[in-house]
Amino acid sequence: MTYTTAIFYFFAAILVFAGLRVITSRNPVHAALHLVLAFFTAAALWMLLEAEFLAIVLVLVYVGAVMVLFLFVVMMLDINLDRLREGFWDYLPLAGFVAVLLMIEMILILGGRHFGLEIMGTPAPHPADYSNTRELGRLLYTDYVYAFELAAVILLVAIVAAIALTMRRRKDSKYIDPAEQVRVKRNDRLRIVKMPAVKKPETGKGEGA
Amino acid sequence: MESMGMDWATVQTVVWTLIKILAIVVPLMLGVAYLTYAERKVIGYMQVRIGPNRVGFKGLLQPIADGLKLLMKEIIIPSGANKGLFILGPILAIAPALAAWAVIPFTDTLVLANVDAGLLYVMAITSMGVYGVIVAGWASNSKYAFLGAMRSAAQIVSYEIAMGFALVGVLMAAQSLNLIDIVRGQTGGFWQWYFIPLFPLFLVYLIAGVAETNRAPFDVAEGESEIVAGFHVEYSGMAFAVFFLAEYANMILIAALTTLMFLGGWLSPLPFLPDGILWWLLKTGFVLFLFLWFRATFPRYRYDQIMRLGWKVFIPITIVWIVVVGAMMQTPLGHLFH
Repeated sequence: MTYTTAIFYFFAAILVFAGLRVITSRNPVHAALHLVLAFFTAAALWMLLEAEFLAIVLVLVYVGAVMVLFLFVVMMLDINLDRLREGFWDYLPLAGFVAVLLMIEMILILGGRHFGLEIMGTPAPHPADYSNTRELGRLLYTDYVYAFELAAVILLVAIVAAIALTMRRRKDSKYIDPAEQVRVKRNDRLRIVKMPAVKKPETGKGEGA
Repeated sequence: MESMGMDWATVQTVVWTLIKILAIVVPLMLGVAYLTYAERKVIGYMQVRIGPNRVGFKGLLQPIADGLKLLMKEIIIPSGANKGLFILGPILAIAPALAAWAVIPFTDTLVLANVDAGLLYVMAITSMGVYGVIVAGWASNSKYAFLGAMRSAAQIVSYEIAMGFALVGVLMAAQSLNLIDIVRGQTGGFWQWYFIPLFPLFLVYLIAGVAETNRAPFDVAEGESEIVAGFHVEYSGMAFAVFFLAEYANMILIAALTTLMFLGGWLSPLPFLPDGILWWLLKTGFVLFLFLWFRATFPRYRYDQIMRLGWKVFIPITIVWIVVVGAMMQTPLGHLFH
């Protein structure tokens, strides 16, 4: 067993364990944190495949942003797992069927004649100065530029739609416009009132009176 | 059996790497200790007091005394806390703060790992730091800690976007993600450093860096005046000290990154002076001084103003400037931008 193989099995074991804990953990926060661990170890496995850009982006996007927001929501909600598990046995046959179907598909692809280890072989290792990021960028912005731009536009539409659907501006809520605050002049807020003295101060009688 | 030679070479590499890691982490921890001293002194003088001056000559042993005190204090785990995660919190905070240093170059040869996508690696690793805060806040089972964690999560995620866009400008100018190449792109005097063509991005990065490390005036995650101490209110002794170490290590990291990406790293400001690690230290020290200066000068931001600044000011500025840089690079003036 080579060094890389040993590392692969080490990370693979952690990944499988984390994946299992995601679905068996009784505490939703623990489940989300195990999902973070699963993403992180998956990134390590991608690193072994020399896909360092994808690995780093997986950590940056999924671990650094998506899962943070996910945890945010999970921590705020009071999720009752026992209620969620009601009807487990009713759904088991359907879920089992889907699981078996997925298994068959994976076996057909991964174990088949077309994608087996004998056919695909090990990709040639790249020299140290090979930049995975640069190659990926070149492909994305030349050969696949239409697909890439389309995906970006679809995401943008989804963002706009999500904001449009959830944005409710309450009429009675007070909010501050900083630009307006900065422009405030003394005369807008302050009024100096001159009042004539009602009674003429009496002279010569001590000052504290 | 022939793999035995290989194994011995591997062992040697591992041991040698461990020695290098120690050579980075030990000075870093000393730097953290004396940054706390510098902070108290600098802010002290800015507020016309003298700061610590009792332990050792001019108070120079103060950070050691503080460290020893924290080491010997009891770590109290609240009875309602989630024990495992409560202990995991500080670890998750400090691990990314240290791991990011793996790719930081000190000179063009002095670096632990010269990674091709070094900039991306730093971004990915530092984005993990928020878990320490969130996990600590949640596991403490206290409403103040939880409020601090929530604030911190929203704030860090928001400012990371502006920070990432600022870095996009840098990598467009340098045409590389490698930190050594980025510094090499700034060779030839201080007028070649990226802070001039990328000035708006430099400002955004610096300010977002302050927000990212939860430092004043963006320290609402701690917010002593409203939520006591925020996410680490339940922590005591060394567990608290680890959060402290992580915050200061992150500060030094952001200062070092600003130095590398905008201020020419180890390059000397004038071409006839020799380059060297001394310049790196001076520039990083200067950025750290700015951090302390901010803290002594500005009052804490209100939370909605923080969000406004991040989303409505910084992100538009960075996007506009990226377009400007991209367009300028296609014109005859392009050489100014790289």
